[in-house]
Order: sequence, then structure tokens, then C-alpha cells
Amino acid sequence: MRIELEAVAAKHPAAKVEAAPALQALDLSIAQGEQVAVIGPSGAGKTTLMHVLACALAPNAGRLLLDSRDPWRLPVRELQRLRGRLFLAPQTPPLPPRQRVVTSVLAARLPSMSLWASVRSLVYPIGIEQAHAALTRFDLAPKLWDRVDRLSGGERQRVGLARALVAPASLWLVDEPLSALDPTRARLAIDTLVSASAEQGATLVATLHQVDVAVSRFPRVIGLREGRLVFDLPAADVTRDLLSRLYAQFEHELEGAPPVADVGADAYKPASSPLICR
Amino acid sequence: MSTPGDSRAWSSTVRIPPPPPLLHVRCMVCWIIVGIGLMVIASFATLDLQLARLFSVEAAQRMGKFLGELLSPSLSPEFLAKLAIASLETIAMSAVGTVLAVIFGLLLAVPASRTHEGDRALARGPTRLVLNVLRSIPELVWAALLLISAGLGPLAGTLALAMHTTGVLGRLFAEAIENAPPAPGFALRTQGVPEGRVFLYSALPQILPQLLSYTLYRWENNIRAAAVLGVVGGGGLGQMLAFHMGLFQMSETSSVLLATILLVAMVDLISYFARRVLGR
Amino acid sequence: MSMTTAAALPELRDPAWRGRVFWFLFALVLLGPALVATEFKVWALFSPDNLRVSAHFLGDFFPPKIEPEFLAMVAREAWRTVAIATAGMALALVLAIPLAVASTAVLSVSALSGRMRLLPFVVRQAIRWLLIVLRSVPELIWALVFVRVVGLGATAGVLAIALTYSGMLGKVYGEILESGEAHATTSLLRNGAGRLQAFCYGLLPQNAAELTSYSVYRWECAIRSSAVLGFVGAGGLGQQMDTSMKMFNGSEVSTMLIVFVLLVWLADWASGRLRRVLA
Repeated sequence: MRIELEAVAAKHPAAKVEAAPALQALDLSIAQGEQVAVIGPSGAGKTTLMHVLACALAPNAGRLLLDSRDPWRLPVRELQRLRGRLFLAPQTPPLPPRQRVVTSVLAARLPSMSLWASVRSLVYPIGIEQAHAALTRFDLAPKLWDRVDRLSGGERQRVGLARALVAPASLWLVDEPLSALDPTRARLAIDTLVSASAEQGATLVATLHQVDVAVSRFPRVIGLREGRLVFDLPAADVTRDLLSRLYAQFEHELEGAPPVADVGADAYKPASSPLICR
Repeated sequence: MSTPGDSRAWSSTVRIPPPPPLLHVRCMVCWIIVGIGLMVIASFATLDLQLARLFSVEAAQRMGKFLGELLSPSLSPEFLAKLAIASLETIAMSAVGTVLAVIFGLLLAVPASRTHEGDRALARGPTRLVLNVLRSIPELVWAALLLISAGLGPLAGTLALAMHTTGVLGRLFAEAIENAPPAPGFALRTQGVPEGRVFLYSALPQILPQLLSYTLYRWENNIRAAAVLGVVGGGGLGQMLAFHMGLFQMSETSSVLLATILLVAMVDLISYFARRVLGR
Repeated sequence: MSMTTAAALPELRDPAWRGRVFWFLFALVLLGPALVATEFKVWALFSPDNLRVSAHFLGDFFPPKIEPEFLAMVAREAWRTVAIATAGMALALVLAIPLAVASTAVLSVSALSGRMRLLPFVVRQAIRWLLIVLRSVPELIWALVFVRVVGLGATAGVLAIALTYSGMLGKVYGEILESGEAHATTSLLRNGAGRLQAFCYGLLPQNAAELTSYSVYRWECAIRSSAVLGFVGAGGLGQQMDTSMKMFNGSEVSTMLIVFVLLVWLADWASGRLRRVLA
């Protein structure tokens, strides 16, 4: 899928009115099948960019074009069809606890499944071997039938990534895919994402905290800071100097330890027990 | 630490501020208490209770006679078999009623809940109104109403339980759906998945444990309710009770009463221990 | 087709499948007889004869009867329903409070130094059992019994609510009193305060909010109960509803149902407000 951003400004609807937009006058163009890493210090607007690209957040100004069409001008039905060709993997894997891994992975295929098929898949999973193949590439094959809440944080994050492989998507948007992974797993995960998206001809946009991974595995790197584009270069041209300017005052994020994300299952708070006459 | 100022204060005459008056015009709680008191008095005054008659010799005799009759329950094997069948019927009524209520409660809970920020949830208000009406009318009143369509017997009782429980469970389920963490649903919605499938794959697996515990809790309640529903003709033990009591067959009445109390006590006991086991 | 390839590799067969099939069949096997036992012939509801009767009755629902005399009667009966609940609750409190206080182990003097002595233990346990028995007998059954003894009317309803609710209130009061921090109360007892003094100065202030909140909530429940008790002749709105239903008078039933639902909502609202103010 081809992406064009023209002077896009965006702000999360929950943000304060007077707060500066998370994205400001952003111009960007990504070709079909390209693989792009987005880096930048915390608060640079990386997640907001992902939400704009995923059509989850309408730009406040400017224009987003996906395959030359403005999604926000499409009729609802067309917009939904377009959304079916996108896949967004949030930083915290959105997996319901108690669901089985196989079901969680196959849920990413829902846009291409009929209502009847999706109901039947709850009774007996449809597409087990695709789920199995996707999990195998992330070294998770033995967990196919386990419950999501029995997995570790890193395993859960990789299950979240495996969903991309079964989704009927031609644009993969992956937000901080490595935040809960150790270096070995992180390398495996990113290699899998890069090669699988190439195999499927899907455009891949990933935000990353690990600058070295971004520069070594992605042909093109975009630097974002305070909602503005700092650089947009082939990985080979990203110099030490550029990076230190991008991360000025955030050097600790550049040096090493990225902020540890909590990818534990959302603790489910049951409502207070109901008062019933008896 | 005592400063000179302190000691002077102590030695001179101490002025104790008077306590705040007990009744004060602005005191909300006082007004409420007075209101409740007046209401209790008005209740007793308007009800023409014959409490005196209750403590009269005649009432005592009647009570004694009644209790005496209750102490000789009919224990013939045929009657006990009938009792057992009625007890099973009571439990079956509660089970079928609960199952129906779970199905319809879930069907109504989906439109009655607002699942995400962009959801206009147009049906939320009207559906909640329906659930509230279903819930406000007790099982027994539903049973009495349904008798007209369903006739005497367990079907009316079962449907009555289903009606009331649908209202209760529908509301509880709707609240559970609204309280479920939104992230999984958000992920599916960004993929353009229609609402129904989002519900099946994100909300439903998250609320399933709550769904189950609410259902079991209501089933327990419904067994107790089913045991007495029959007194208006809704089948089960209650119907037997009303029948024999109406014919002044006191020994049979006594057996049915004992069976009812036994059933209710058993449900109480089982749920008490089940809770202790599950609570661990 | 996908199923056949899945079946080829054993680890790709859903291990939960057999369990699901088993529980599904098990539920069917249980549900079948249950449906038979409940004479679950829903289609009978839609037989022409039945439909005619139901349609007539339901058609009569609209418009609800709003003659002034009738409305005055409904208002009077609605008040009686509330009054039965209130009077029943008042009597239940009179019974429940002493029983709850007497059953509270925190107020035991002998338990201050080690274990409670045998007699107080037996007394407290006996009271608890009494409360459980009072609570287990449904109020409707008490009402049936009292209608026999004192005749039709509000008295039976008040007594039925008083007995059942004294059991419920007493048991829950006891649980609330036992659940809190006992330190203030025991230190009062240790300093030689009497049990009632320790209750009034230690236990009661600590738990007052929870106790009142629960009592107000119970009052709301009592209103629902008292309407139901009318169906066995214990007075109030329920008794009138029963009469009108037996006469197939849809418009009267409809008015009373509306009034009843409004009454329940009003009680719900009032009890919510009260609990918030008193908390």
C-alpha cells in the first residue's frame, strides 16, 4: 500500500485543547512494499503517527492518502474495506486474557471472514495451520493451544506480532515491537517482520526505540521529534551526529535501556458485586 | 511543651464552647431520621394491624392447632415420590429459566452497552429501559401475568423466571461489557472488523468469567424463587403447596412446606460451601 | 479442506475439541429432561385459542384505566405496600438488632483472655442458627402461614417481612460487626466497659455507615417483597393486581403494573440518595 501524508497535523481527542498537536505539518511519502523505521525520543508523536496511518485517528489538518485515496472522504463501507487491508500492532498486545493463542492470532483474519465463519471458528478454529506457521516463525509453535494469560510478557508481544502474518493486510503498522523482548528474541522478531512483509509485498512501518536495529535492518529511517520530521534518509546516511541531535536531552534513550513497557495482560477489574435482594 | 501562654489559659477560667445543637435546620441527616420516624409511625397508623388479635387466646389456639397439624407431615411413599417429582420440576424450571435468561440477557446486553468512544449507542437508552422494566417486575408477578397465556403449570413459572432474570442479567452483562478493557476491541476495529465480530472476539472472552459467576448466582436465586412461584399456579413445589393448603389437607401441606424449606436450605448450604471453595 | 490438513499433524488438532463436544452433549442430555419437566411447549402459547385470549387481555392493557376513583384506590394500595414494607422493616429491626448484638463475638468478655467460654459460645452459635433458619424460609411461605392464622390483610404481610428480614438483617449485621477492626471495642472491654457500652462507643460508630446503608437497601427490597406478598392475600398493590388478573381486566392490571414499576424505581432512587447522604 502506498502512503502519502500532506502537511498532516493530528492530536489525540483526549488531549487538552491548548496542548500542542502531537504531529505538526508532517509531509511523508512511502512507496508500496517499502520498509521504514520511525525513531525518535519519547513524546515525538510516533504512536500518533501510527494511529493516523491506521485510520484510527483523523488528522486535524492536512491530508492522508492511502493508495491515492483519502480514507476520511470514503463512504463508511469503503473505509471499513480499506481498514481491512491495514494491520496495526499496538505496543501492548491487545490480546484478551483467557482467549487461546490460536484464537487470538486468527482474530487478525476477521476482516476477510464472513460472520458465519467467524462464529464457526470460535467452536473449532479455522486456519490452524496458518496460525501455527506464523507462530513457528516467532519461535512460539508450542504455545499454539495455550491461554494468552499463561504467557510471559515477551511471548505475548510476539503473539501480537504473529497476528500480522495472518492478517489480510498490505500495510503493517507495528508500534514498538521489541519493548518486552530480550536482544536475541528482538533480532529474530524484527528479521521475521522484515522478511515476511517482503514476502507478502506489504508495506511495513515500525516505530522503534532501538536505533541500532532501525539502522541495521531497515533500508529507510525517519527521525521524528516533537511532532516534526527531523530527517528522512536511507539508513546508510543516518550519522551519529544526526542521531545525537534527534535525541538531544534524551541521550539516555539513545545510549541504551529503552523505557520498559508494561505489556502484562490488562488486569481485569470486575465491577463491584451487584446488590440483589436476597 | 508548655508555654507561658498555655499555663495562663489553664489557670484562668476555661471557656468550653457549647456542643453543636443536636437538631439543626441545616442538618440533612436529622431531617432524614425525623422523616423515617414519621414514615414508620404513619405506616403503623394506617395499616389497621390486628396485632392484638395475633396475641389473643383465639389466635394462639389457631396457631397451636396449625403448628400441631404441621408436626404430622404425610410420609407415605406415594406422596414422597410426588414431592420428589415436584422438587425436580422446581429445579428444572430454575435451570431452563436461567438458560433462557442468559441467551436473551446477552442478546439485549449488546445493544444496551456503549463499547467505545465513537459508539453512538442509539439503542442503549431504549434497551436499558426494557431491561429495567423486565427487572422491576418480580418473578411472581410475571408468573401471574403469564398464567393467562401459558395456563397453569411449570411453563408459566419458567417463562416468568426467564423474564425477570433476563432483566437482571442483561443489565449486569451490559455493565461487564462496558467495563471490559478496550484495547483488544480497538485493535480489531482499526482492522475494520464489524461490531458483532468485535464483540465475539474481544469483549466476550474478557467477560466470560464474570458472565459465568453472575449466571450461577442467579441460578441459585432462581431455585429459591421457583420453589415459591407455584403458589400463584406456576408449577413446582409451590403449586403443590397452594393446592393442598387450599384443600386444608394439613399433613400434605406440612410435607410440602418441609420439602420447600429443605430445598432452600440445601441451596443455601451448597452455595455457601461452593463460595468458600471457590473463594480460596 | 483446511480441517483435513490440520488433522494430518497431530499437534494441529484442537486439544479442547473433545471436551467441548462432551460438555455440549452433557448439557443437551440434562436440558432435554428439564424441558420435558417444565412442559416447555412454547408453541402452545401461539395456538389460535391462546392467542385470542392473550391478545384480548393484552389489547385491554391500552389504554390503562385512569378513572379518578380507581387511581385513588391504586394510590391507597401503593401506599399500603410501602407501609407494609416499612412496618415490617421496623419490626424486623426490633428483632434483628438485639439478636445481632448478642451474636457478635467481638463483644465477648470471656474471649478477651483466650477462648470464649462454653456457655456464651453455645448461646452465640444458637442465635446464629436461629437467624439462618429465619432467613431461609421464604417470606412468601411465612405470609401463607400467617394468612391462615390472622386472616387476609396487611398483618400477615407485615409479620412475614418482619420474620424473614429479621433473619437477613441479623445475619448481615453480625457479619458487618465482626468484619471490622476490633481493637477499639476490645480495648473498651479491657478497660472495664460493659458489652452495651463497648457496642455503643466502639463497634457502632465504626460500622454505622455500612449498617445504615445495608438497612436502607433492605427496605427497598422489602417494598418489592410486600408487593409480591399481596398475591397470597397479604394486602397492598399485589392483592389488587391478583384480583384484576383473575378477572382478566387488562386495563386495571396495566395501570397497576405501571404504578408498581414507578414505585420500585422511586424506592430505588430514594434508597440510592439516602445511602449517599448517610454514608
